[in-house]
Amino acid sequence: MNSIAKHEPTTVYIRPTSGLAALNLKDLWNYRELVVFMIWRDIKVRYKQTLLGALWAVIQPVMTMLVFNFLFNNVAKVSSDGIPYPIFSFTALLPWGLFTTALNTASRSLTSNHNMITNTYFPRLVLPMASVLGGLVDFAIALVILVGMMVYFKVVPTLSAIWAVPVFMLLSIITALGVALWLSAINVKYRDVGYALPFLTQFWLFITPVAYSSKVISEKWQLVYALNPMAGVVNGFRWALLGSGNPPDTLVAISSVISIIILLSGLVYFRNMERTFADTI
Amino acid sequence: MTIAIKVEGISKKYRIGTAPGKFKYGMLRDQIAAIPRMLMGKGNTAAESYIWALRDVSFDLEEGHVLGIIGRNGAGKSTLLKVLSRVTEPTAGTVTVRGRVGSLLEVGTGFHPELTGRENIYLNGAILGMKRSEIERKFDEIVDFSEVEQFIDTPVKRYSSGMYLRLAFAVAAHLEPEILVVDEVLAVGDAEFQRKCLGKMNDVAAQGRTVLFVSHNMSAILRLTQEAIVMQKGQLVLRGSTNEAVDYYLASGQSQAGERSWDASEVPASAAPFMPVSLRLLDAKGKVADNIRSVEEITLEMKYQLTAPVTGLRVGFYLNTIRGEYVFTSFDVDESAMYEKHSARQPGTYISRCTIPGDLLNEGKYIIGVNASSFGVKRYFMDENALGFSVDPSAAPGMQWAEQRQGPIRPRLKWTIETLEKQA
Repeated sequence: MNSIAKHEPTTVYIRPTSGLAALNLKDLWNYRELVVFMIWRDIKVRYKQTLLGALWAVIQPVMTMLVFNFLFNNVAKVSSDGIPYPIFSFTALLPWGLFTTALNTASRSLTSNHNMITNTYFPRLVLPMASVLGGLVDFAIALVILVGMMVYFKVVPTLSAIWAVPVFMLLSIITALGVALWLSAINVKYRDVGYALPFLTQFWLFITPVAYSSKVISEKWQLVYALNPMAGVVNGFRWALLGSGNPPDTLVAISSVISIIILLSGLVYFRNMERTFADTI
Repeated sequence: MTIAIKVEGISKKYRIGTAPGKFKYGMLRDQIAAIPRMLMGKGNTAAESYIWALRDVSFDLEEGHVLGIIGRNGAGKSTLLKVLSRVTEPTAGTVTVRGRVGSLLEVGTGFHPELTGRENIYLNGAILGMKRSEIERKFDEIVDFSEVEQFIDTPVKRYSSGMYLRLAFAVAAHLEPEILVVDEVLAVGDAEFQRKCLGKMNDVAAQGRTVLFVSHNMSAILRLTQEAIVMQKGQLVLRGSTNEAVDYYLASGQSQAGERSWDASEVPASAAPFMPVSLRLLDAKGKVADNIRSVEEITLEMKYQLTAPVTGLRVGFYLNTIRGEYVFTSFDVDESAMYEKHSARQPGTYISRCTIPGDLLNEGKYIIGVNASSFGVKRYFMDENALGFSVDPSAAPGMQWAEQRQGPIRPRLKWTIETLEKQA
């Protein structure tokens, strides 16, 4: 039998919290292994008992791209800034897919793991965070397809892609996590979130330049448009990989600030609702 | 000795009628409606819509001690464990915990059916707070304990429920926190595995870990703990030696010695349409009693109401010794003639009565459990510790020798002695 390691144990005080809860990110750090395990579980389980498996990570964006190509390129003849439409839309579908997958899984992460919440202690932030990060695998797979398309269409990325792709990827993760923190915490109490989410993502797709170029938005509305962080992300990706549009400017800065505000407010809201999760879920 | 857990004035309030998963449209509306009243200073009229799952509970536990927690359903045992393991926050009070708490409130938390046994061990271990290196170190021990070695790379959805529970318990049993909080998880698997689990818990206690242990199984409580607390309606009503606590608990809820009655609040909603009213134990003279002579017959009367017609209902008793051994299980419609006559019961009030013959039970303490179910359809109601009684051996066979007779029964057997050869 192993004996207990003789070190001075830490003392924990359990008492009702009042007022704003501390973010307590140190606690989250202590549970970093659990985040890794949850990501690993989500990835392992995601395509289990499917015929096509991880191919779905390719099929989904490619099919969407083909549909967009037919609708917006062949039928509606939307301008794609002189870039072949398939690669123009696929470049945007990449971060968009990352965003919606993250948003969808993370918003449901608490309710779908409710027995973990009612039976064990761990920082609840682990769940939405793991869901968001788990989406990176699909993103990486789709990225390989994009590289293939760039070779085929002979598109040379700008040098800035080296830093810009990770940065804009991060921005879309921050945005997704921020929104998901709000929605997942609300979902614990009000399951309406599950019904609202499809509309939200659909609506969000319309106000994001995925299928069209952001140049169709007139100059005076650009500022309002930048309030949508995903617009900044999509434009950033196109600029870095396809060389279309303007380099990141104040509009992107606005987008970034907005998404950080969403994330911080989401963290505060989540942490304050956290204490009632086990009772209301 | 250092104090491992210090519980000071813990209370926990729940809102009634907010069953998990239900839409709570009413809440926001109620809160808005309450605003004018609050502004008028009319006080909190909504107070009745709360229930105190825990009320001002205080105790402390020294390092290396094992404490049992007993109480009826809804007494607050599980809520107490949830507060101690930081799953839910108390409404008032403070708990000071010295050391890492490992909680075992349910086996298999986070198990994923699509993952293999091996994968689930890692995942479940991580959820229970084990480090990866710790799980790796104990992996073989866990697999060995679970007895599912040959299926370790099979998805657990293909497991039988017994295998699933064994694996889940095996992971949990190898947690090594300073403080272990265990809810009713030993009631898994077959008798053989339960014995193994109890043995494992014994080891844990012997290693000098601090353990809090909830169980309905009095024999497990008696075996694993020297000290116990009794919870009743959210309050701690007794702390004492385990023997004392178990006696107190078994006597509680009896309106008089030998009679147990249920009020509506104790009966889970899932019992409907079965509503237990009372269980009485009568001696040979027809008097309610909780101390019966071994030589006399005992009558058990279960009174209940049916609020709707029920088909296939059987109402019966378990008889257990206080050490948790089953003596027998018997139902009112076990005889096929009885079953034919009573297979469909109309709404109304009933008594199911049986007689236990004299010269059957040995001296000692017994627990009667109640079960009302339709076989293979639904278990309406069960209370494993409905009533306790003791048997007095006076006038039983063999009483001329002042010794304890082994075994739960003490039948008066027909003996003959045949003399084959008599030497003068």
